[in-house]
Amino acid sequence: MKIHEYQAKEILRKYNVAVPNGYMATTVKQAVKAAEKLGGKVWVVKAQIHAGGRGKGGGVKVAKTLKQVEKYASEILGMTLVTHQTGPEGKVVKRLLIEEGVNIDRELYVGITLDRAQSRNVVMASTEGGVEIEKVAAESPEKILKSSVDPAVGMQAYQARELAFGLGLEGDQFKNAVKFFLSLYKAYESTDASIAEINPLVVTKDGKVIALDAKMNFDDNALYRHKDILEYRDLSEEEQLEIEASKYNLNYIKLDGNVGCMVNGAGLAMATMDIIKLAGGDPANFLDVGGGANKETVANGFKIILSDENVKAILINIFGGIVRCDRVAQGVIDAVNEINITVPVVIRLDGTNKEEAAVLLENSGLNFEVAKTLKDAAEKVTSILKG
Amino acid sequence: MSILLDKKTKVIVQGITGSEGSFHTQQMLEYGTKVVGGVTPGKGGTKIFKLPIFDTVIDAVKATKATASAIFVPPPFAADAILEAASAGIKLIVCITEGIPAKDMVKIYDVIREKDIRLIGPNCPGIISPGKAKIGIMPGFIHRKGKVGVVSRSGTLTYEAVKQLTDLKIGQSTCVGIGGDPVIGSQFIDVIKLFNEDPNTDGIVMIGEIGGTAEEEAAAFIRKNVKKPVVGFIAGRTAPPGRRMGHAGAIISGGKGTADEKMKAMKKAGIHVVESPAEIGVTMKKALDNRK
Repeated sequence: MKIHEYQAKEILRKYNVAVPNGYMATTVKQAVKAAEKLGGKVWVVKAQIHAGGRGKGGGVKVAKTLKQVEKYASEILGMTLVTHQTGPEGKVVKRLLIEEGVNIDRELYVGITLDRAQSRNVVMASTEGGVEIEKVAAESPEKILKSSVDPAVGMQAYQARELAFGLGLEGDQFKNAVKFFLSLYKAYESTDASIAEINPLVVTKDGKVIALDAKMNFDDNALYRHKDILEYRDLSEEEQLEIEASKYNLNYIKLDGNVGCMVNGAGLAMATMDIIKLAGGDPANFLDVGGGANKETVANGFKIILSDENVKAILINIFGGIVRCDRVAQGVIDAVNEINITVPVVIRLDGTNKEEAAVLLENSGLNFEVAKTLKDAAEKVTSILKG
Repeated sequence: MSILLDKKTKVIVQGITGSEGSFHTQQMLEYGTKVVGGVTPGKGGTKIFKLPIFDTVIDAVKATKATASAIFVPPPFAADAILEAASAGIKLIVCITEGIPAKDMVKIYDVIREKDIRLIGPNCPGIISPGKAKIGIMPGFIHRKGKVGVVSRSGTLTYEAVKQLTDLKIGQSTCVGIGGDPVIGSQFIDVIKLFNEDPNTDGIVMIGEIGGTAEEEAAAFIRKNVKKPVVGFIAGRTAPPGRRMGHAGAIISGGKGTADEKMKAMKKAGIHVVESPAEIGVTMKKALDNRK
């Protein structure tokens, strides 16, 4: 699960990670009020969307007067922000974070995530803050310091010191960085985060170490034990169809193509998308109906797929292991009879009771294209599209 | 022959009285697996399918001499169940449970690794040695006894590949689903090593997916050590970055873990990489024929 920057900073504050003072605002009026409350002479107006690269896209502005706060807030609120992470359609800005300005000495980077190769969490730090860390990793990997954490004892002070020395910090900056890293790890670990990334991490001339930006994602599998974090979920940042699908326990991800797919199992669903593409088509979605493909799941799957106007054909690919193909076939027939399906449907059922399923489909009087193999199915779909 | 599991392997089921656990225990028994008992805390002393139920794994091991365990307990308690099996001396742990928090697995990973234990999964279909036994949820009848080893991160896609092999009369020595989570007990490389050492495995099918670098590591190992033909496929070429494709582990993040990168590494290692998931069976057939 993703959350907004201002929410991540709220969490970090609880774990004594230093962040700038700031308030969230949904209107221009609130934004100006927030700036007044913060006081000082410099404010930062920041767009809050679930994507990075906001500064480059024009979603972050530094204001030197309250008038400017008002101006920037009214410009950014409601704008469609396009960044390298939003896709070309961009995202509409509905919330702002108004923060006090910070006197920056250096911009650094620190991030914590799971290192799958080691099955351990790794803390990464770099002197190259404020830029895309992927770029640093690709071009000059020696500039990224890494410290992997033993889960039995957690992050140790010596690891934080090594990183802080590695970044060339001294005096108060050093002391505060050590404290910062240990607190950040605590926050990451305690909340079941999958990533905690501070970019840039800034050090000030007077020795402070502050999270100027903050990104936190959370392990979906662990949300059941973090009711407080679940409350941060912002449904307006998510694809409406995906929310709808999750209500039916369907795993749906919208894509840009025109072939809707309904598959059981995540691996087979990805492979089905791949073979559609190879056959010259373009998948409209990823949809895993899971282990229990019955009449209801199939009907709900159809509804979700058909809500996407780009869909010109549907491919159903179910490999019946424990699930019986004849039950799935009956589910498809019932669903088609119940809801008006105007696009052609190619169906491929293999595995348990596939012969019985074939008979059911044939006798249904409905206009299905029945495919024998995966390849056959993909080719049938693309030939339909070519008309 | 087969790896990890055969007719003689004594298996217990943790979570045997749950709906998944009891259903699949029946399926395993029907397939010929030597299931010797089950564990459900609080139900010790009772029976299911004429099998004894125990309160703890240690009790079950003492009474039955089981060496393998199938875990079907719900996600919040699954990591604990794995540790319980490990501490009771179980050597092969197959964890089917889907949805275990990554933190729980990170915590127990070292404990398992330091012992002489093979953990398969979590979030996997399990292991089957066709014609002998299965520990898991895969449909037995699509398999055929033979000499190709299959290792995969996914469930139904593995069934698809196995079906293609079986349709071409290519049997399997053992099929291992290693699981779709970011932290799993056994990686491709662990299973491929076993297949490589097994005199009765002639070829290996490896089915990966986007996310992580396990396929690249396996490719490096294969390049150096494996002379048997290997056929490989990576699911998720069309997946967009930053989106979790069902499996917690199937995500392209920070430009890493793409299908193209993995396929490139695998090709370099001499693996017969197929672009289409429909070509897995025929490509293995060709590779085996060329060897003769």
